[in-house]
Amino acid sequence: MKKVSKSLLAAAVAAVCATPALADLNVGVVVSATGPAASLGIPEKNTFALMPTSIGGEKINYIILDDATDTTTAVKNTRKLLTEDKVDVIVGSSITPNSLAMVDVAAEAATPMISMAASAAIVDPVDAKRRWVFKTPQNDVQMSTAIVEHMINAGVKTVAFIGFADAYGEGWYREFAKIAEARKLAIVANERYNRADTSVTGQVLKVMATKPDAVLIAGAGTPAALPQKTLREKGYKGAYYQTHGVANKDFLRVCGKDCEGTFLPAGPVLVAAQLPGSNPIKKVALDYTAKYEAAHGKGNTSTFGAHAWDAGILLQNAVPVALKKAKPGSKEFKAALRDALEGLKNVTVSHGIVNMSAQDHLGFDQRARVMVKIENGDWKLIQ
Amino acid sequence: MDLQIALLLGQDGVVNGAIYALLALALVLVFAVTRVIFIPQGEFVAYGALTLVSLQAGHAPGTLWLMLVLGAAVAAIDGPAAWRQGRRRLAGLLGRQLLYPFVIAALVLGAAPRDWPVLLQVALALVIVVPLGPQLYRLIYQPVAEASVLVLLIVSVALHLALVGLGLLFFGAEGSRTPAFSEASFEVGGLTVSGQSLWVIGASALLIVALYVFFEKSLYGKALRATAINRAGARLMGISTTLAGKLTFLLAAAIGALSGILIAPITTIYYDTGFLVGLKGFVGAIVGGLASYPVAAAGALLVGLLESFSSFWASAFKEVIVFTLIIPVLVWRSLTTRYVEEEE
Repeated sequence: MKKVSKSLLAAAVAAVCATPALADLNVGVVVSATGPAASLGIPEKNTFALMPTSIGGEKINYIILDDATDTTTAVKNTRKLLTEDKVDVIVGSSITPNSLAMVDVAAEAATPMISMAASAAIVDPVDAKRRWVFKTPQNDVQMSTAIVEHMINAGVKTVAFIGFADAYGEGWYREFAKIAEARKLAIVANERYNRADTSVTGQVLKVMATKPDAVLIAGAGTPAALPQKTLREKGYKGAYYQTHGVANKDFLRVCGKDCEGTFLPAGPVLVAAQLPGSNPIKKVALDYTAKYEAAHGKGNTSTFGAHAWDAGILLQNAVPVALKKAKPGSKEFKAALRDALEGLKNVTVSHGIVNMSAQDHLGFDQRARVMVKIENGDWKLIQ
Repeated sequence: MDLQIALLLGQDGVVNGAIYALLALALVLVFAVTRVIFIPQGEFVAYGALTLVSLQAGHAPGTLWLMLVLGAAVAAIDGPAAWRQGRRRLAGLLGRQLLYPFVIAALVLGAAPRDWPVLLQVALALVIVVPLGPQLYRLIYQPVAEASVLVLLIVSVALHLALVGLGLLFFGAEGSRTPAFSEASFEVGGLTVSGQSLWVIGASALLIVALYVFFEKSLYGKALRATAINRAGARLMGISTTLAGKLTFLLAAAIGALSGILIAPITTIYYDTGFLVGLKGFVGAIVGGLASYPVAAAGALLVGLLESFSSFWASAFKEVIVFTLIIPVLVWRSLTTRYVEEEE
């Protein structure tokens, strides 16, 4: 009896040690599934469970670690994935500060990395380090352009800005101010609030004192509802704009009727079913929403999970190319995968159509964003 | 800035300040009686509000399972001692820790509280969340009740992190709101006052008066005060410090959960909202030197007003301004009060 259990133990140990087998392709994933960015990280984490388990006949292992929205943990996890799990590619993390910190680690290990965070600084400019880094979410500047465009067309002359007092709000203000200035749109107020604030009355009163034609609220998820609800309560009558950070069902639930008529830019996946049939993105986006909703309930897809899905699509296109040159687990394979990712052309993902180049590691054009209006408690495509 | 804006900001500050004041009172109370700096105070705010949200959405809240599990743990630990002390003791323990949670669970699962009137839902949320206070005291703090303030603080930090993690598991990452208790709004001198903000201020004032009466008139209140003034002396007089601790945590949990339920219609509550709200109550409590109830309440009101006005003038630096308040207060306190070495 004892002998049997011993040999069983030995077999188990051998099995555990053998998991990162040379033949398998290991994808290391870092997501912020807990902490302040959990609303981004959870759908991303859920999405990896829906991805194919083999590409080009090669078995894929997804090794998912949570960084708790903490930069240090993100770096630690990345190092762990690289040294212990010997991953061939890294996907993550959910937010910009974590992704920026991971860039150095990935580049040092000469391993390709696909970020799911928004800031352009993650992949731009493509220098010695960033040549290893790619990302799937649209740049803030693309989304800002869409908002400014819509405001100009709607005859808005003055706009007030209320944003998160963190990298998200700051980044949005910078991009938005640049484009607004170029298009002669006056920003009359610039206010900040914190994600966990229980009141934004002060900011809202200051904004209303400047009598702007429109207000842009730059927040992510349900916290973005608070300024809008307060503005409505205090009787602000102008136009409301939100950013693509709010594109999930919980925002609609919390904001309720106060968000009727709000405009926001978003990835096409948010309104996949309303896209014209001629749009190639429609099929890919609907495929993702169908898979996600089958596993997690109707109406529960968010655009954040779709960024993870898009990273998966990039891999499914790049891995077969790289496999022709080298075997997974080798230095050569990592380099080949990087080259393959950079060489991707006309790949349709759920958020747009990707055309990578040596200068552009995002590869989106204006097809990667649509303007959406909130109508009857749902998203409505308007252009 | 004209008078109208100043009034609106003042009103906002007072409403937030009222909540901070309640939390400050709870923090002072817990510290005075048990020497615990109760960092998880804020978690009860989030648990109270989000439990109500779950009940209204027709889900069984995660806090219900937490209460069941903690109840079973307390029963298992205290069972043998109660068994030796006689049948009445044991029956009381099992009734409180096993039967009560099961009755509540049956009520939540069987009676569809979704369709109940709001005030009944509030009561149900309270009877789910409030027992967590004494249960956590029994399991976490009672075994180390005689440890130094520093050890108790470290335990508090650990408990806070654990409860925030459980909050994420129970309620998810996104926030929620509850419908207002009253949709009414009143016009007072050109100023619109919402019914809900009157609820907040009224309930806070009522609770403060109730606490005053409790401490001045009732035997249990006097026992708590005696324990706060001198633990050893109180014990010599036959006051159980364990009972005092449990009672304190019961009050702290009730105040926290009620605060959360009061502000849930005004603002969005997240699983981790409680920490920041509790921290601001803590600043208020520090103003009162963690000892004086009226000064702590006044300090908390000051924090609310400061927060409201600084969000108007310099919104990006609001938190910096609020938390910097603690530095001059500490300097002033350390200059004016004599430092007393803590008795070991």
